[in-house]
Amino acid sequence: MSTQAAQEGDLAAVIGLEVHVQLETATKIFCGCSTEPTEEPNTNVCPVCLGLPGALPVLNEGAVEAAVKVGKAIDADIPEETRFHRKNYYYPDLPKNFQITQYDEPICRDGELEVSVEGERRTVRIRRAHLEEDPGSLQHVGGGIDSATHTRVNYNRAGTPLMEIVTKPDFRRPAEARAFLAKLEEVLEYLGVFDSQRDGSLRVDANLSIIPEDEIDDEGAISEETLADANRTEVKNISSHKGAETALAYEETRQKNLIRRGKGVQQETRHFNETHGSTVSMRSKEEEKDYRYFEEADLPPLQVSDWKERIPIPELPDARRERFEEEYGLDDESASKLTSTKQVADFYEDVAESFDPDLAATWVADNLLGELNYRDMQITDVEGRLDEFTRLVELVADDEITTKNAEEIVLRRMLDEGEQPDDIVEAEGLGKTGEDEVAQAVTEAIDENPEAVADYEDGDDGAINFLVGQVMGKTGGSADPGTVNGLLREELDD
Amino acid sequence: MSDTEATPDDVRHVAELARVDLDEDEVDEFADQFADILDYFHALDEVPTVERDADLVNVMRPDEVREGLSQAEALSNADETEDGYFRGPNVS
Repeated sequence: MSTQAAQEGDLAAVIGLEVHVQLETATKIFCGCSTEPTEEPNTNVCPVCLGLPGALPVLNEGAVEAAVKVGKAIDADIPEETRFHRKNYYYPDLPKNFQITQYDEPICRDGELEVSVEGERRTVRIRRAHLEEDPGSLQHVGGGIDSATHTRVNYNRAGTPLMEIVTKPDFRRPAEARAFLAKLEEVLEYLGVFDSQRDGSLRVDANLSIIPEDEIDDEGAISEETLADANRTEVKNISSHKGAETALAYEETRQKNLIRRGKGVQQETRHFNETHGSTVSMRSKEEEKDYRYFEEADLPPLQVSDWKERIPIPELPDARRERFEEEYGLDDESASKLTSTKQVADFYEDVAESFDPDLAATWVADNLLGELNYRDMQITDVEGRLDEFTRLVELVADDEITTKNAEEIVLRRMLDEGEQPDDIVEAEGLGKTGEDEVAQAVTEAIDENPEAVADYEDGDDGAINFLVGQVMGKTGGSADPGTVNGLLREELDD
Repeated sequence: MSDTEATPDDVRHVAELARVDLDEDEVDEFADQFADILDYFHALDEVPTVERDADLVNVMRPDEVREGLSQAEALSNADETEDGYFRGPNVS
């Protein structure tokens, strides 16, 4: 595009993502070393992942299965044949001096993922998704990456299966990229191939370029020519959804400012500084041809297109949300909350089976998730105690305790003190008071407060509240205020 | 002298990718050797195609953990180690 034209018209951002996710397998992609995170360095290693001479890689069937599941979930093609390549570069995180990855024949092609951004549903096209090995990890000791005195290398991570998912440049706003990452994580967790809690399990490279807004047609499409004309930057080192949004927002502003000032945007790789929320230029000397990709002769090709039929995947969040709306009569917001993770959705269905689906939705979506969120906890933190929460819902459903006490006392103490619901009810005397006892308290309150009774009889309806308060006091707050109100009126109106 | 050109610039570029420092004499020496090596590969073009065995496909192993090396074994060939890590110079 000409700088002049750009200065005159409105500018729009074009964003694409490359997302690296660690696949959750028991062992590494090319050797039998465990992928379990461990504190002690260089303990999950063997000749293959240390790159010792003569060691040969053998592909992990579990990693291929996980990749096929991802392919199914994003509705991608699994080609008849797919193979591995060596990507050559010299850096100490790669003990072999090359990374085994996929180049021109990736395991997944042409997929898509539907994302909801601020209530609007959009389809993001996925160009490809391929398998590769994670490098080891480096510690720059005694300073930053430039000022360190030396480097410590740990190869425990080397060889962890990674899937690199590459989107088409279908995002226009940083918030859309963030929503995509959240959705992708949700789907991967549903598939059981990804653990978002694991440190470094998701890493993002984000591309952004600026084009004149009028180059986007009514369908939202942009010509290849326009894209090729715009210089883009690739921001590396992003490790969270929020980081992706921040880095992209920074890049969008930076590039727009450059163009408005009549300066061009340099096509380059930039590094995201999470602390400052900014991006800085990386001196990157390597171009694609410098990686000298060539076929990995130690790994025979894969023919797994028929695995798509053979390997089942669970019901995915979108389908499950729609089913929840239909089957349980939930609104879109509750259904979305309840299907945000597989654990929550499974738990909801469990509770809804025994109790009223609406009551179950309130308890799981609002009360439980709300209180967990307030404590910065996840459903996975209370995974072993879900039967206790079911018991709490049962106490409410059976009218044994008031909703207010269940929410404000029992649930909070369960989360804060780790106590059992029945023990809390017992210790706090929260069991709803028996009818006789309430009736007795009503009679007493009327006898002891003739003035309030007289006021009520003279037409001061507010006096009833005073009497309700007296009854509640006598029953230690365990009576239901609505019931008490009714009983008092019955008694006084006679 | 070989038929194939490998320029001193090619050698410098490859040396940089391999993080190898070469002086000017070495650059010239390797330029000649690169050219020779490329010629050997061109010789392969002359080899006639032959019937070969069918390629293997789908060679995989089950996702089961196998015992690897101990930390001491893993580090035993390293020149420098520190607290269970391989130790090397600063890299950026």
